[in-house]
Amino acid sequence: MTTTVEDQPEPKAGSHPSGDDRFGLVDKALKRTRYEQHALIEVLHVAQDVFGYLDADILMYVARALRLPPSKVYGVATFYSLFTFEAPGDHSCMVCTGTACFVKGADDVVRDIATEFDVPEGGTSSDGRLSLTTARCIGSCGLAPMVLLDDEVLGKLGSEEIRQRIRDLLATEEEVA
Amino acid sequence: MAAIIDLHEVAERELEARTRYPWRVKACASTACQSAGADAVVRSIEATVAAEHLELDVQVVPTGCMGLCSRGPLVRVLQRDVDTETMYADLTPEVGEQIVTSHIKAKKPIDTHVIDEKMPFFAGQEKVVLANGGVIDPNRIEGYVAHGGYLALQKALTSMRPEEVLDEVVASGIRGRGGAGYPTGSKWSLLAGAPGDVKYVVANGDEGDPGAYMDRTIMEDDPHRLLEGLALAAYATGATGAYIYVRAEYPRAIQRLDRAIRVARRSRLLGRRILDTDFDLNIELRIGAGAFVCGEETALISSIEGKRGQPNLRPPYPTEAGLWGQPTMVQNVETLANISSIINRGGEWFSSIGTPKSTGTKVFALAGDLTNTGLIEVPMGTTLRHIVEVMGGGVPDGHEFKAAQTGGPSGGCIPASHLDTPVDYESLRRLGSIMGSGGLVVMDDRTSMPELARYFMEFSMDESCGKCAPCRTGTVQLHGLLDRIATGTGSEGDVRELEHLCQVVRDTSLCGLGQAAPNPILSTLHFFRDEYTDAVSGKEPADA
Ligand SMILES: Cc1cc2nc3c(=O)[nH]c(=O)nc-3n(C[C@H](O)[C@H](O)[C@H](O)COP(=O)(O)O)c2cc1C
Repeated sequence: MTTTVEDQPEPKAGSHPSGDDRFGLVDKALKRTRYEQHALIEVLHVAQDVFGYLDADILMYVARALRLPPSKVYGVATFYSLFTFEAPGDHSCMVCTGTACFVKGADDVVRDIATEFDVPEGGTSSDGRLSLTTARCIGSCGLAPMVLLDDEVLGKLGSEEIRQRIRDLLATEEEVA
Repeated sequence: MAAIIDLHEVAERELEARTRYPWRVKACASTACQSAGADAVVRSIEATVAAEHLELDVQVVPTGCMGLCSRGPLVRVLQRDVDTETMYADLTPEVGEQIVTSHIKAKKPIDTHVIDEKMPFFAGQEKVVLANGGVIDPNRIEGYVAHGGYLALQKALTSMRPEEVLDEVVASGIRGRGGAGYPTGSKWSLLAGAPGDVKYVVANGDEGDPGAYMDRTIMEDDPHRLLEGLALAAYATGATGAYIYVRAEYPRAIQRLDRAIRVARRSRLLGRRILDTDFDLNIELRIGAGAFVCGEETALISSIEGKRGQPNLRPPYPTEAGLWGQPTMVQNVETLANISSIINRGGEWFSSIGTPKSTGTKVFALAGDLTNTGLIEVPMGTTLRHIVEVMGGGVPDGHEFKAAQTGGPSGGCIPASHLDTPVDYESLRRLGSIMGSGGLVVMDDRTSMPELARYFMEFSMDESCGKCAPCRTGTVQLHGLLDRIATGTGSEGDVRELEHLCQVVRDTSLCGLGQAAPNPILSTLHFFRDEYTDAVSGKEPADA
């Protein structure tokens, strides 16, 4: 298996110097998987669930705990597209781009949202309000084109209707704020 | 140690409990129906049942997929004394309320929402792996057991030697449902014959083909069927450990499998001394993280080991050196879901379904420009025309059928002139497509074939893992050429270049991803060449 990194200190549970409690949840996952190196992907999933994304600090923490070289942890994390390394926006919009959705115009939906809300595909708008991602078919092909706006499923809607829902969502927040 | 489950007693108790209710309302709670608002419909039905004080008469149960996803939310109402079942489609909370007040209380069905279960969409089906869909509550093992669940495992462990189980699978003629169609019995024989005391079986639940959700439905709606198939595979091949690899995009499948594994272990259907025999097996779940290539068996094995999910050159095949270097067999979820029926009813019975070389049934996810979309299970050898025109109800809105796409980014397009092709491994391959995992997307006359080819190439380009150059750079080049052609800036030279590069990428890529990535281009060039030539006609070479 992989070589261990000798000069790293032995990890202690909840030992992140910042005192951030959330590392405790990562520790729990580490313990449950008995610090096995092949559990790396599982631990990264937990870390991303807890923090919302994986930054260098979190990746280093996991590397030390599993006694893996940071390059290896980084290599694995960046290989898989579900791991993200930047904080997500306040709201997320995910457009399914599976074949059925493609046939029903998902490409236009993505382009229109990107243009209107000034958010790059796979990124977050500069004001941090909206993230736009695409998914490879989530198997709701009967609802094509399918969009997931935060947790709400929008099915069989046109591009304009979808953007109206996003406008509404962003507007309600502004009033509260 | 936990008590061993008494399968007959559990089944009897479960069936008896159902008869206490004169009415049974089965509500499809699968992902498609839920996204169409099934939760609100069920809440409305339950609230009305309570308001009308019918709790002792009406049993409301969530079930798995009923198939006709385009018409969800779907509900079936069973009236026990006359043994009739009524299926409802396109439900809203208001109609849900009427199901109780009008159908159940006044015996007046709401005709505007009733659909005939004898309609062609349902009539052409033969259900083996989806037999429990829309019938049982996926979260209760009792439902699975009441419909004969785990009897095959019990039969195998108590009255069959591993070789006899293997012989039935060989006799069934079943071939892998994950795409390539490798004979399952041969693969099991390889693992059984491999030397060593430690061997693994792995269920492949990565299902990356965009437009396909057969395996997700099996894992979500009938998780115990997969566990039973996997346990039988382990018993027959002498495997000592088992894994199920599920893509992370399927959280519900993960949650249900996790629960099913714990319940099975408590019932002594997994773990040590299964059903009080000498057979031990644990099944572990492993979750992907969004990489299509991880569906490829050697990449999947790397991913389970916690590494980058990159494929390795075969040979050695996993059955020689797989997970942690030990003999390993990777098998698709749908393939495994067939095994319990094969053991219960015999390999000969299974081989009587379908065609001589493609036995059994196949589940397809019908999507795209069709009147009826959803999940169907048909005998192998059913013609595409029957699936598209009769079961799918044809192309809606006055448009013409143009092509059916099977096999996703590794497959091809089948034009109207070949609609009479029977769906079997060889026939589809002869047309330049593949069976694939079961995505079947229909396109009408508005779809541009170069654009479709570009769509699939964008997919392959994004998902190429980067390990081998032909796939890493070839897919980028192919996508660039297709982009020029599709946007009307390409030349005739681009089409020639495209065709040539397809051969190179196909012949020199390391794994199936690159080898099959040119298929959507080659098949659309073959059947719809004029769309390419029209797009570039009279154009000068762009960079000449
Ligand atoms: C790029 C690529 C992706 C694949 N994805 C899947 C998949 O999602 N599910 C699957 O069962 N097989 C997939 N396969 C096929 C597997 O490598 C393997 O052949 C299959 O799981 C064996 O099971 P079977 O014999 O039951 O079909 C893929 C192959 C390639 C080359």
